[in-house]
Amino acid sequence: MQDFLQQVVSGIATGGIFASLALALVLIYNAMGLVNFAQGEMAMLATFTALSLIQRGVDYWIALPVTLVLAFVGGVVIQRVVIRPVERAPVLTLVIVTLGLATLINGLAGFLFGYVPRSFPSPFSVQTVSILGAFASYQDLGVIVVSAIVLVLMYVLLQRTPIGLAMRAAAHQPEASRLLGIRVSWMLALGWGLASAVGAVSGIMAAPALLLEPNMMQTVIIYAFAAAVLGGIESPLGAVLGGLIVGVTVNLAGAYVPGVGGDLQLAVAFAIIIAVLVLKPNGLMGRGSVRRA
Amino acid sequence: MALLDVRDLSVRFGGVIALDGVSFSVEAGQVVAVIGPNGAGKTTLFNVVTRVYRPAGGSVHLDGQSVLGISPHQVIKRGLARTFQNVALFRSMTVLENVLVGNHSRTHTTFLGAAVPTPGASRMESEARKRAMEVLEFVGLAGRAAEPVASLPFGTQKKVELARALASKPRLLLLDEPAGGISHEEVGGVAALLRRIHSELDVTVLLVEHNMGFVMGLSDHVVVLDFGRKIAEGTPDQIQRNPAVIEAYLGAA
Repeated sequence: MQDFLQQVVSGIATGGIFASLALALVLIYNAMGLVNFAQGEMAMLATFTALSLIQRGVDYWIALPVTLVLAFVGGVVIQRVVIRPVERAPVLTLVIVTLGLATLINGLAGFLFGYVPRSFPSPFSVQTVSILGAFASYQDLGVIVVSAIVLVLMYVLLQRTPIGLAMRAAAHQPEASRLLGIRVSWMLALGWGLASAVGAVSGIMAAPALLLEPNMMQTVIIYAFAAAVLGGIESPLGAVLGGLIVGVTVNLAGAYVPGVGGDLQLAVAFAIIIAVLVLKPNGLMGRGSVRRA
Repeated sequence: MALLDVRDLSVRFGGVIALDGVSFSVEAGQVVAVIGPNGAGKTTLFNVVTRVYRPAGGSVHLDGQSVLGISPHQVIKRGLARTFQNVALFRSMTVLENVLVGNHSRTHTTFLGAAVPTPGASRMESEARKRAMEVLEFVGLAGRAAEPVASLPFGTQKKVELARALASKPRLLLLDEPAGGISHEEVGGVAALLRRIHSELDVTVLLVEHNMGFVMGLSDHVVVLDFGRKIAEGTPDQIQRNPAVIEAYLGAA
């Protein structure tokens, strides 16, 4: 039982990382009906930025917010420069553009920082603390707390502020929003900025365990896809829930299902994606689309 | 000077001429109706005035200033709000949130202001909520503010859309078929509401409508379009006796 609880806690920590990246995917999906395949690579580049700051002697807790601001600006710039010219293009064009963006950022990171995996500092010790008889590492608890703070902030921003209201309006009814005085194109840019910052959190939280290199986020983003699909790709709350469920499930499957281990955990994520699409295509929190016959 | 002045307006979609040299004006304080058979160009006219479509020629002036040079999100700041033929509400939001979006042009929040709450920003937000509730009170929906719009009947959704348009305190309200798609019993209520908007809120109204009884009982002035051309204009009485209008609606005798 104690071992089981420990697996659950570390699953929740991993789930927080998936949830942040899944939320980033959902933000952009909601804004423009598009899955941003470059989300993981954007997060990876932000993580390298954080590492560069830390290696120059910047304190971790200063480097983190500075990186998030830079990631936000980067996201806005990418939307303005790369996405905006093809905003009205068919979805397939946009998908190819984000795939190209992913390849470009990956190559750029390799060129700038090399492909040798680097250790990434964590402000949380790897020592454990006993909670209700189970041992959890400070590292896992720290990741859970940071992810929770970020997710709550995002929720408040989107649901409780006028700018969040305008962003949601622009995503749902661009034409009507424009006539109500909302600058729809800038709202999309804000969405990209926010997604980029939230994604950066997942990269920075994942890096201590995964080691930082240009391909670091390529498996994480598959878990994030699984989380977003499970939660319902349009639902921010669903993304968070999906992230936690995927994190815990993958962790438990790795520990208890014979033959899964560490190597086949990714297969569990694919199994979740396929199962959801077959059994409940709208996900846990997604709204069904109804078409008039 | 007329509040809205439309001169020689022409719109083409490829080879199709949707509007052909249409001119008319709306005086402040009037209720003006644009009528005509399906495909006459009524909604196209609205879409040009609110900057959704670009005209091939002609001009649109609001209070003497051209609106063709400004971008769509600035139209509302000139005091012009509209509703849509098939209702363009934010379906995932509540009634109150929809009306708050209508208020957007009157609140000056920046992204930073929303991220870092200041006393000024929160005061503005509570004022916005108060104003939204007042508008909902006016249309008789204050009790349903917290309900999601998607669950409301179509006639009620149209009222929500009307409230959203009113939240920006427009001088000129463009209504695209306010009586379209709602039950016969509700039509009278909509007409009464529009009269109150016109008289109590001092809003000038330009509307597009099919329902002749509705238009004739409500309007000061009627403009008739057919195949993109203006074929008549005048008081409801004059229009009802105009042979060209009767022919457009009923066909040649």
